[in-house]
Amino acid sequence: MKNIIQNINKAFDHRIRLGIMSVLMVNESADFTTLKELLGVTDGNLASHAKALEGEKYIVVEKQFIGKKPNTSYKATKEGRKAFQEHIDALEKLISKT
Amino acid sequence: MDSNNYLKDIKDIKNMMSQSSQFISLSGLSGVLAGIYAILGAIYVNGLLLNHYETYVTLESDTFKKIVITALVVLTASLLTAYVMTVRKAKKLEESVWNPSSRRLLINFLIPLVTGGIFALLLLRHGHYGLVAPITLLFYGLACLNASKYTLRDVRYLGITEIILGLLAVEFSGFGLYFWAIGFGLCHIIYGGMMHFKYDRK
Repeated sequence: MKNIIQNINKAFDHRIRLGIMSVLMVNESADFTTLKELLGVTDGNLASHAKALEGEKYIVVEKQFIGKKPNTSYKATKEGRKAFQEHIDALEKLISKT
Repeated sequence: MDSNNYLKDIKDIKNMMSQSSQFISLSGLSGVLAGIYAILGAIYVNGLLLNHYETYVTLESDTFKKIVITALVVLTASLLTAYVMTVRKAKKLEESVWNPSSRRLLINFLIPLVTGGIFALLLLRHGHYGLVAPITLLFYGLACLNASKYTLRDVRYLGITEIILGLLAVEFSGFGLYFWAIGFGLCHIIYGGMMHFKYDRK
């Protein structure tokens, strides 16, 4: 049991961070507006949670200009994908144990 | 340890993954309506052919022009219905109509479809009338199959059915109109109805 709980990743212990990672697992990249619409959160909220994931090096931020508009898009890193997969596995094990 | 919370986490993850990669607002009822338009069109064309007294339908004849106009009317009406009803369903599901998944869906649907359309027009130009019905069915099937990765699963089976019908229509050429009515009419009504009862009536 102790082993399993160790794999529950604190970085993903929030609905918004979980959402960001889920979207980035199945999409090559997602831009800020798309994520915001999908998760139904405010700009500031999304930005701060994205920052936290970026700090863990689980996602990378790409800023560029499309025409004159700045566009921010996010991508999951290799470590991020691995950590998230382990997190899901741990969740599944916990559920099947109880 | 609250395992209910973890269960909810997993549900959220699954929801987010499918919502962000698939466009789920496709309306089943619009498929049924498109099928009905196609069958009405086929009945009208069948009537035209019965009243056509020359042996062949040539490109210059009135009958041919009427057939092309009927096909275009059916196509336009179907697309319009699909668009309007999909917008309505998207509003209900609170999904935006123009998002990355709907864009991917549209592009992957249009590439095989436009290829088939151009191919069919070229065949007409060179006088291979008999192959037009099977070609439109085949390419429409391939378009559905290709688009199905980005939307509801049922579109995949619709695509496979259309491909089989298209191949059969090549073997039994001469019955093109009937295969066409089955493929674009009956299949749309069946699959559209299935999708409507599965997803929309909740």
